[in-house]
Amino acid sequence: MTEASGVRQDATRERPPRSLRSLLTALEVDTRLLGMVAALAIIWIGFNIMSGGSFLTPRNLWNLSVQSSSIAVMATGMVLIIVSRNIDLSVGSVLGLTGYTMAMVQTVWIPTTLGLGFDQPYTWILALAVGLVLGAAIGGFQGFIIAYSGVPAFIVTLGGLLVWRGLIFELQQGQTIAPLDKTFALLGGGPVGSIGEMASWAVGILACLGIVYTLIAGRRRRRRYDFPLRPMWAEVLVGVVGSAAVLGAVMVANSYFWPEQLAIEHFGPDARLDIPVGIAIPVIIMLGVTLVITFLATRRRFGRYVFSIGGNPEAAELGGINTRRTIMLTYVLMGILCAVSGAIQTARLNSAVTSLGTQNELDVIAAAVIGGTSFSGGIGTIPGAVLGAVVMQSLRSGMLLLRVDSPIQDIVAGSVLVVAVGLDTVMRRRSA
Amino acid sequence: MSESMTAIEPTPAIEGTAAPGRVPLVEMRNIRIAFGGVHAVDGVTVDLHPGEVVGLVGGNGAGKSTLIRALSGAHAADSGEILIDGRPVSITNPRDAKALGIETIYQTLALADNVDAAANMFLGREIMTRFGSLDDSAMEAETRKVMGRLNPRFKNFKTAVKSLSGGQRQSVAIARAVHFNARILIMDEPTAALGPAETAQVRDLIKQLKSEGIGIFLISHDIHDVFDLSDRICVMLHGKLVGTVNKSDVTPDEVLAMIIIGKLPGEVTQTELAALHH
Repeated sequence: MTEASGVRQDATRERPPRSLRSLLTALEVDTRLLGMVAALAIIWIGFNIMSGGSFLTPRNLWNLSVQSSSIAVMATGMVLIIVSRNIDLSVGSVLGLTGYTMAMVQTVWIPTTLGLGFDQPYTWILALAVGLVLGAAIGGFQGFIIAYSGVPAFIVTLGGLLVWRGLIFELQQGQTIAPLDKTFALLGGGPVGSIGEMASWAVGILACLGIVYTLIAGRRRRRRYDFPLRPMWAEVLVGVVGSAAVLGAVMVANSYFWPEQLAIEHFGPDARLDIPVGIAIPVIIMLGVTLVITFLATRRRFGRYVFSIGGNPEAAELGGINTRRTIMLTYVLMGILCAVSGAIQTARLNSAVTSLGTQNELDVIAAAVIGGTSFSGGIGTIPGAVLGAVVMQSLRSGMLLLRVDSPIQDIVAGSVLVVAVGLDTVMRRRSA
Repeated sequence: MSESMTAIEPTPAIEGTAAPGRVPLVEMRNIRIAFGGVHAVDGVTVDLHPGEVVGLVGGNGAGKSTLIRALSGAHAADSGEILIDGRPVSITNPRDAKALGIETIYQTLALADNVDAAANMFLGREIMTRFGSLDDSAMEAETRKVMGRLNPRFKNFKTAVKSLSGGQRQSVAIARAVHFNARILIMDEPTAALGPAETAQVRDLIKQLKSEGIGIFLISHDIHDVFDLSDRICVMLHGKLVGTVNKSDVTPDEVLAMIIIGKLPGEVTQTELAALHH
């Protein structure tokens, strides 16, 4: 699949029809991102044909969006880590420990240890807060060792992978903890944990307005400084295509209806069978995280420093940047994002198990790399990593649909990671 | 170069050693820097006055760059004293140096290759909007202005500096150093990657900065450059200072003798001078 992405990019980069190149230049579209969208389309259509039409259904795509969200959330943080020439192998275990702790807070510590009872209105937010703080603390601890003592990130987080997983077993002798607080469980999605038809349209329209505003504000800023402007038709085309994609996605989410059993349970015996589910809450969380981290990466000093460090660590230091602090902060952020994903995954299972997040590091790193993050440092985008997460999850979900055995799935996932990094290395060497 | 620099009161350029009694802009006293057992800089004392260019010369490994890295904060000295305006200061990192008005053009240029000219120019000193986010447009506009004066042919404002030519990259590094109200400028081989026209521009720039009262340490392997631009010349050999001479008192051959055999103009014989050319 990644091979497909490589081929597509070569096609756009090296022997483009003249008009296509000038079109892309005018649009100022990231060709790499475009190549990934094309690769994703090939994967989706391929699986759809092989599965006899059961891949591209609203139900499967909706599930895909929920499954991708937890990997995508962590992949946004992994981009910043890899861009600054580091790595985090502990994300799966940090996710496991924070998820398990949040489950403990809501099912044991608040109700029993403190004697406050189950399903209090504040339970979910308290559990979430504890998880986020714990994630930040773990990330900060690992980041501190990496940034200030010089132990390689690879070693520190490899150790973390074992330490944090081991701590889960220490917490409650490794029991499965269930069920969770009812409000907290909404974070995991499912028809109940979705925002419904009208709110989904509202989110879609808000997103379209956001696109239009960004285009207009950007154009105004360029004009103010007399910078070259993008042709008007290009602005309109970008706006129209972007909005169409957003509204199309909302339409798919609204074409997935409540399953009969759940609808009857939730809406009573004579519930209609065409109630749209809408966008799932974890997907909303993922979109929010993507926006925030993209903003951090491209519009804030922190992001500028992360990329500069990745481009030339010595130059960053000589430029007066506090490189150690910046590196440590990338790990704090990563820890927080692991906790967010931990909340999504525990809520989705409505329980915490000791194996939560196992092997997630592979999917997260693969998502970042497939999304264009380079191990040579300084290069990577947040939206790319989110797309990469969708690619990775599409592979897993498609193989599941085709009833591919789990060992074979692992073989494919592992190979995709290596091929993605390999392709990246070859292509950068060629373009250098 | 930039209007901001005229804020510093222009001092007349001084030929030779500054008049006694005037406080030097920079004094580096008895600086020692060792790597392992090797004394890269061994008890060197140099000074610099406002509006003065001090050339720092010596062969490869003489310790010029290492000495100057102690002033720019890239590497702390093991011992010795640094005084700015006669006051002892502590420079332990590049931020300290910049806060004291010390700007450096490094031989390696020290550019982040993956970001554009404006991002490099403002690296560590970004212009922010009032909402606390990066004002890339303002930074690009400012960069266009500075480059318009420094290297009018520079046009690639949107590309990563990795894809620029050596001369263009050097222009970015120079622009960064002169843009921020420097009082003390360190130039480590500033013309190494430049063509003749750009080199001439940098020479003019140095003369202009000097007339604005900025003190400049100029490191160069090109003895003619140094002779043309410097007021005084410090010669280093094997980590030690051979001596500091007024340019007007010496010939290029005598400086060459200091660089190669480590003898001061008074000590060197005619035969030794003649042998330099064989």
